[in-house]
Amino acid sequence: MVGLIISTLHRTIMAGTSLLLGTTGEILTERSGILNLGVEGMMNLGAVAGFMVTYRTGNLLWGVFAALLAGGAAAALHGFITVYVKANQTVSGLALSMLGVGLAGVLGKPFIGHQLPVRLEQIEIPLLGQIPVLGELLFHQDPLFYGGIVLAFASWFFLRYTRTGIRIRSVGENPRASESQGIPVEKFRFLCTVGGGAFAGLAGAHVVLSYSTSWTEGIVAGRGWIVVGLTIFSLWNPLRGMIGAFLFGGIFVTQYVLQPLGVPPNLLAMLPYGATLVVLLLDGLRKDQRSLHAPAALGEPYSR
Amino acid sequence: MAGKSLLKKIQTVQMEKISKYFQGVAANRNIDLTIRGGEILGLLGENGAGKTTLMNILYGLYRPDGGRILIDGVEATFRSPRDAIRAGIGMVHQHFMLVQNHTVVENIVLGDGEAPFLFPQRAVEQKLLKFQELYGLKVPPYARVWQLSAGEQQRVEIVKALMQGADLLILDEPTSVLTPLESRDLFSILRRMAGEGHGVVIISHKLEEILDLCHRVVVLRKGEVVGEADTKGVTKEELARMMVGRSVVFSFDWKPAPKGEVVLQVEGITVRSDRGTVAVKNVDLSVHRREIVGIAGVAGNGQRELVEAITGLRKVESGRIRILGKDITNQSARVIHAEGVAHIPEERIRFGTVPNLLIYENAVLKRHHFAPFSDVLFLDYSEIKSHAVDLVEQFTVAAPSIRVPMKHLSGGNIQKLIVGREVSAGPALLVASHPTYGLDVGATEYIRKQLLKRREEGEAVLLVSEDLEEILELSDRIAVMFEGHIVGILNRQEATIEQIGLLMGGVRS
Repeated sequence: MVGLIISTLHRTIMAGTSLLLGTTGEILTERSGILNLGVEGMMNLGAVAGFMVTYRTGNLLWGVFAALLAGGAAAALHGFITVYVKANQTVSGLALSMLGVGLAGVLGKPFIGHQLPVRLEQIEIPLLGQIPVLGELLFHQDPLFYGGIVLAFASWFFLRYTRTGIRIRSVGENPRASESQGIPVEKFRFLCTVGGGAFAGLAGAHVVLSYSTSWTEGIVAGRGWIVVGLTIFSLWNPLRGMIGAFLFGGIFVTQYVLQPLGVPPNLLAMLPYGATLVVLLLDGLRKDQRSLHAPAALGEPYSR
Repeated sequence: MAGKSLLKKIQTVQMEKISKYFQGVAANRNIDLTIRGGEILGLLGENGAGKTTLMNILYGLYRPDGGRILIDGVEATFRSPRDAIRAGIGMVHQHFMLVQNHTVVENIVLGDGEAPFLFPQRAVEQKLLKFQELYGLKVPPYARVWQLSAGEQQRVEIVKALMQGADLLILDEPTSVLTPLESRDLFSILRRMAGEGHGVVIISHKLEEILDLCHRVVVLRKGEVVGEADTKGVTKEELARMMVGRSVVFSFDWKPAPKGEVVLQVEGITVRSDRGTVAVKNVDLSVHRREIVGIAGVAGNGQRELVEAITGLRKVESGRIRILGKDITNQSARVIHAEGVAHIPEERIRFGTVPNLLIYENAVLKRHHFAPFSDVLFLDYSEIKSHAVDLVEQFTVAAPSIRVPMKHLSGGNIQKLIVGREVSAGPALLVASHPTYGLDVGATEYIRKQLLKRREEGEAVLLVSEDLEEILELSDRIAVMFEGHIVGILNRQEATIEQIGLLMGGVRS
């Protein structure tokens, strides 16, 4: 029984890793005021790029690099359309999701059922890995997990305590004021969007290089949508995003654990979205109007 | 940086033959303007005269279509505000350019090119504290901007500009959001800055404050310089004539009139603010036919909540409101409007119009669903358009056509259209909130005349304003609000500015 719990928790953390990476990226993007609903698409593209390149080269680094590039490029498209052409961000993001899922499906078709020759192996951190239970859970993971944790903390620090971070938040809160202080609003927003997309690509890479290493169609399986919900759930704070990612990762895993016991998996699959709604509801019920920490200019195109 | 501004100062800024066009319309035409260090220059003009455009060019927000800028004789090109900031020019906009959810120091970091990459907050806080000693400009470093009063927010803006090394400070309508006391503080700060060699430019249309504060005044009209004067050798009337291009009436022909039956009857209402606190406490008030009742008070003492309760925009917790005897308490705004209450709202652009709709569509808001503007199913556009043409003519709204979006009109013209729309509905009660706030002399005069005309025609007007002269000039009776109570109701004959001022400060006689 203890073994089952530990293995479930271990899988929880693995499932949470891609959510963590994606959420950190989406927080970065949304903090600059751009809403990118294309996470599912960007993760799919990151996954297929990561899979194809790793399959051909047998080199994980190249695969990860390709995923970053694919996610970033897809986000650049969204950034161009929303930041420079100033189109509706919701429409563009939804389109990007569909485009990404479709394109990944087509590109990945020849690889269905194929297995990668290599995978991201779990690395044990010396000493810390020896701690009973905790060591196995937290210090016996793949490099992207460690990277994701570091990136989440770094993003939190970056947004809060650096000059550039403050400017990114300002652009997302009040682009006009930022512009009047000489901040190039469009450049900031575009770069944050591309950066967030690269994170999503990385999240997609984690799905194929660590979580499951054979290609099936729709391998990302809605994780991108969970990320969109998680970003709200986290109230745009990367640290809260980290907690949420593993919480939602747990729900993702329990679907499979509880299924044999007769719990319908669809019910559990619904939970992350339900939890997001509850957070929105609780926040909305609070009297203080400013409690929802959504960037004030989120989703609004800015032109002088 | 503070240190730098003490050493180097801009001696002169020259703007030569500056022209700027928006969609073919000249906002500035061949403007020459010289600003000297150590001088407070007033830039006077009506709304739409091109004052703000000219200063936005100097601040690098707009690029001029013609002309050039010389700083100490050297030509300067500003591609963005960043270039202007580097050249030592700072600007405090009319609508503050602050991030409301951020702290004061975070707002300063935003534009501070010298803030360190890591932990800029701390460095800026240190600088801020030094600065406070130097200039006596106190601002709480870690308060969030939305928690600050308008006066404090303005101080943050000034500190921000000075910390970026502004030798020349431009202020756009700086007193429009301040209480009289805060204005006085601001003026002493500006005088001190000028005394230290800073150049200061004040954009304003308030004649008194220009005469009081500035050394020199330049008057703009329709995008051109129409006059320039030393403030010592010029009178208010002369300036007003330059600004408007004709003589302006400063006092109105107010005739006593016997008041008629009660139109608005407010009985002991209590209303809560957005924050949930009680903003209006057990208030009684009545307005009769052929009467203007003015409500005076410092902003935030419940005036807004009272008006919103009467017009159906806010829930009344207890008490009753009647219009011509009919109970309208907690009815919807639509029902109340249909019962004969018209409303000129406080924030005219946000609540008075739909900026993206065309003028003729805005002209029938709130009545679009009634005959003759619509039948059972469809809007009657020919009726709507001819109504809009009538309004534009009758209320002298300067608009290129009734087919342009409302947002293209200037503030004064937007307000004229709103007044026309509300008055043309033939209301029993007209509620006017700060109807001339931010308007130029010409438009202000016009709007006040319209309010008096309502009274002469035998209708009731409830006027809320922070402009005491306006209240005194127009009202039959003056009610003063303080902390949610009406602390005194004075008749026109017995009211003096001093007395109202005391009541506004909560001193009961």
